[in-house]
Amino acid sequence: MSDNAPLLNTPLNELHLELGARMVPFAGYSMPVQYPMGLMAEHHHTRSEAGLFDVSHMGQLRLVGPGAAAAFESLMPVDVIDLPVGKQRYGLLLTDEGTIIDDLMFVNRGTDIFVVVNGACKVNDIAHIQAHIGSQCQVIPMPERSLLALQGPKAVDALSRMVPGVEKGVFMTGASFAWQGADLFITRSGYTGEDGFEISVHNDHADHFARALLSQAEVKPIGLGARNSLRLEAGLCLYGNDIDTSTTPIEAGLNWAIQKVRRTGGARAGGFSGADIVLGQLDGTRALTRKRVGLIAQERVPVREHVELQNMQGAKIGEVSSGLLGPTANVPVAMGYVDVASAGLGTVVNAMVRGKAVPMTVSAMPFVPNRYYRG
Amino acid sequence: MSLKYTEEHEWILVNGDVATVGITHHAQDALGDVVFVELPEVGSSFAQKDVAGVVESVKAAADVYMPISGEITEVNEALRDDPSLANTDPLGAGWFFKVKFSDTSQVDALLDETAYTAFAASH
Repeated sequence: MSDNAPLLNTPLNELHLELGARMVPFAGYSMPVQYPMGLMAEHHHTRSEAGLFDVSHMGQLRLVGPGAAAAFESLMPVDVIDLPVGKQRYGLLLTDEGTIIDDLMFVNRGTDIFVVVNGACKVNDIAHIQAHIGSQCQVIPMPERSLLALQGPKAVDALSRMVPGVEKGVFMTGASFAWQGADLFITRSGYTGEDGFEISVHNDHADHFARALLSQAEVKPIGLGARNSLRLEAGLCLYGNDIDTSTTPIEAGLNWAIQKVRRTGGARAGGFSGADIVLGQLDGTRALTRKRVGLIAQERVPVREHVELQNMQGAKIGEVSSGLLGPTANVPVAMGYVDVASAGLGTVVNAMVRGKAVPMTVSAMPFVPNRYYRG
Repeated sequence: MSLKYTEEHEWILVNGDVATVGITHHAQDALGDVVFVELPEVGSSFAQKDVAGVVESVKAAADVYMPISGEITEVNEALRDDPSLANTDPLGAGWFFKVKFSDTSQVDALLDETAYTAFAASH
């Protein structure tokens, strides 16, 4: 999308304005960055109660046909074929160089594969998928659907009151439900590190459904600002900051996303874009020069994206890709890429903030413990 | 003497040859919850429009500019310890620093309340 194209509105735009949201351009849409409660309170509310996010800017699509799973596998280093019906999985679209075009979530719904991709990438993603596997399966964008996320420890209480049965699903599963004549596809997943749900609903019902959620005592609307601080504390990558077409999954530390069956020696090893590079970095036959790490500052100075990282000898070893003062962690947290020599847990590096060195410790992520519901 | 304002959203209150400087209500509202401030060193001198400090919320960082040329005589240590004072009392307990100045014409040229209110409404 060009920078001067008019902004699109989600079906919840009127609701956002009614709620007093501060709207900003994001991924080609006018989106709420925060509501009157403010980013900090929204962040804490999501960690303690339940927050409702409009993520309708994200791309939803379906892959249909007997060859869909095998075809989708050819684009990603993950196991699509063996994913059981009703299960959700994290995936990565890769270039021929093994770098990341986008990260996504997909569900085997039995009759199709339901895919959710990043809003800023969706036009390109759909074109990429269509160009590569459009002859092997139907690639069907779903612009008629909105996407809401309900996140937080009380999300299950609020949603199950409206949609009984959702409480039975565990983390990374999805199922169809109905609410007042609207069909919903609900996954138990999200982007905050908390228990919660993402709900796909037809645009015609999105406003009504969102208002019903907001009428639940636990639920408050949460903007993109808190969405970012929540996901960073949860150690989750933001496409465009922490991963992009200059980073591979192994550099990004996303090894867990590559199931054994697709790795060197696995039954369906390789066979995806960039496999030589990605699997080589994973099995050690190709040198890995840098890695994404978590960083915690030893001083209370926020360390933001693009801040240079140096070793104790003053040599540049990398750069911060995302960083802020974590509202729950209550310390400045960041992710960045560093030379592998500096990537070990406990290594101290210097972040150069306005010319001054702020020591940061390479730390395990998440910065705040995940609280997914695994049954 | 009444408050004066800059187009960079600082306020300044003159008392003799020393002026107190902070960020405006509009500025703190735009930033959101302030979590960090960097204050200048007492005794350091700045020219008008130099960057003298930094104010950061969770989502953004902004520079604090010198409304007038002068020497820093005092900084708000309470604000350093509790940056949220910039949100809760931006024109009072959330002040940033005090500056000793000599060029009163710089003060006279700053925005008055009416002019700043109009400016802020359009920015």
